[in-house]
Amino acid sequence: MERIAIAQIGDCLLVTIQVDMHDRLALTLREDLGQRLVQTQATGVLLDISGLDTLDTFIARVLAGIASMSKLLGAETVIIGMRPAVAMTLVELGLTLDGVNTALDVERGMALLRRKNA
Amino acid sequence: MPNEPQQPSAVLLNAVLSKTIRENRQEILQEWMGEQLAADTLRLDLIDEQTLELESREFLEVLSSAMSSGDAIDLESPPWQTVLTALEELSRSRDEAGFSATETATFILSLKQPLISRATKDLAREDFNAEVWLISKALDRLALYTTEVFQTRREATIRRQQEEMEELATPVVKIWDGILALPLVGTLDTRRSQKVTESLLEAIAATGSEVAILDLTGVPTIDTRMAQHLMRTVAATRLMGANCILSGIRPQIAQTIVHLKIQLGDIKTEATLAAALKSAFRESGLTVVGDS
Amino acid sequence: MPLETVSVDTERDVSRVRRAITAYADNLSFDLLARTHLVTAASELARNMLAYAGGGSVRIAKLRHEARVGLKATFEDQGPGIENLDEALSDGFSSSLGLGLGLGGARRLVDDFELETAVGEGTTVSIASWHEPDRHPPGGP
Repeated sequence: MERIAIAQIGDCLLVTIQVDMHDRLALTLREDLGQRLVQTQATGVLLDISGLDTLDTFIARVLAGIASMSKLLGAETVIIGMRPAVAMTLVELGLTLDGVNTALDVERGMALLRRKNA
Repeated sequence: MPNEPQQPSAVLLNAVLSKTIRENRQEILQEWMGEQLAADTLRLDLIDEQTLELESREFLEVLSSAMSSGDAIDLESPPWQTVLTALEELSRSRDEAGFSATETATFILSLKQPLISRATKDLAREDFNAEVWLISKALDRLALYTTEVFQTRREATIRRQQEEMEELATPVVKIWDGILALPLVGTLDTRRSQKVTESLLEAIAATGSEVAILDLTGVPTIDTRMAQHLMRTVAATRLMGANCILSGIRPQIAQTIVHLKIQLGDIKTEATLAAALKSAFRESGLTVVGDS
Repeated sequence: MPLETVSVDTERDVSRVRRAITAYADNLSFDLLARTHLVTAASELARNMLAYAGGGSVRIAKLRHEARVGLKATFEDQGPGIENLDEALSDGFSSSLGLGLGLGGARRLVDDFELETAVGEGTTVSIASWHEPDRHPPGGP
């Protein structure tokens, strides 16, 4: 079955989403991440969405869901590299993802996690 | 040239008038110049007498040849197009020289008297009335046309200035490594706000800046709608992973924000652009050496 | 001018709708923001159709008016229809599955929005966005 790869860097899990994510794929990712967080005891999740050129409310909610689930499992989530047009569209839809961490790129996301977990 | 059967007299009178103008060109011109020089709309500070006479002579020429074509006063028809083109050129140069629309229209209208007095001499009583009516109608339309040209030029100017304003009013400035400033000027409607946000977000992506200062020093007033636009810009910036600081909020605007119960949420605000910059330095872990 | 009809029966078809509209918008050289808005709106509507009506079809067409070109997508289903339209179009409305924002949000993202619905018969929503191509397109004179 088609899956999105999850890589481990130190205490962080890095997910790079490069494909147009259909719903099943997004939900599978959420399940896989939950399992990996339990296995690895990772303290951070980096969701790199710089490859996504659209993000509708369903996928945005799955991402927000991943963030709150991770928090329960002891990890902070950072959404990374949202494109300008995607950000403007989400705001237009009224989805501002308050409370979810964001960063411009992976490096800054890692730095943010280090500060948060210090 | 086919005659218009409905208006044989107008066509005939046109031809007569055209002939009159051609045959008495010098006399009409002199009387017209007299009218113009006596008018209180005369602007010898903007145009000299020789140029005025030259322009008057040329216009008389164009007018008589349009009339000689035998067409009634149909401004859409080809012979009259030459007259309109000449008037467009005249209005343009007058406008550029600083004449008002009224002063330019008076140039045309002051030709009525000389043409009518000429008609008094030449025509029988029954034709005279029709001729006066024809002269009046033609010159009124042409004078109105110069006013239209002025109007169109004004509208084009306003449109161009509006576009220039929009361009000018949305510069995103990189003021330090990782710090952008967006000085806002005037008001933000939906379209402009979208443009401003788009250029800000693109600059954030291109420069990797984590702090954007929205400076409102040039914003005179704010309403609920504009506040909402600002909130959206701030929210979109945050989604990308950068932060906004609002600066330069005038006391009146602060009062409006309180009065309208606009929730600025947890948006960081600073009184001045300088204070915002200091705050941005702190956020980026920079210190200003020598600052007290 | 009709371009393509995509039938929406599974979640994967929602992606197909997104991809198709992205391609057509690029073809008409829509700017990035306009394209993103239109594709996102289409994604919301295709998903709504699947969730509430079990599927339907999306007709994609090209529009032309004077110097402007547009892209129109019509979402047609034979589902239960919408009983309370005002409520469905209001922000934050959600009747199941954590959906919502869908209709109202989609309407805000596009230039034209039309909706026809009959309870027990189905719903047709059409959205369109317009674009004025540059007077001097790349490669042109």
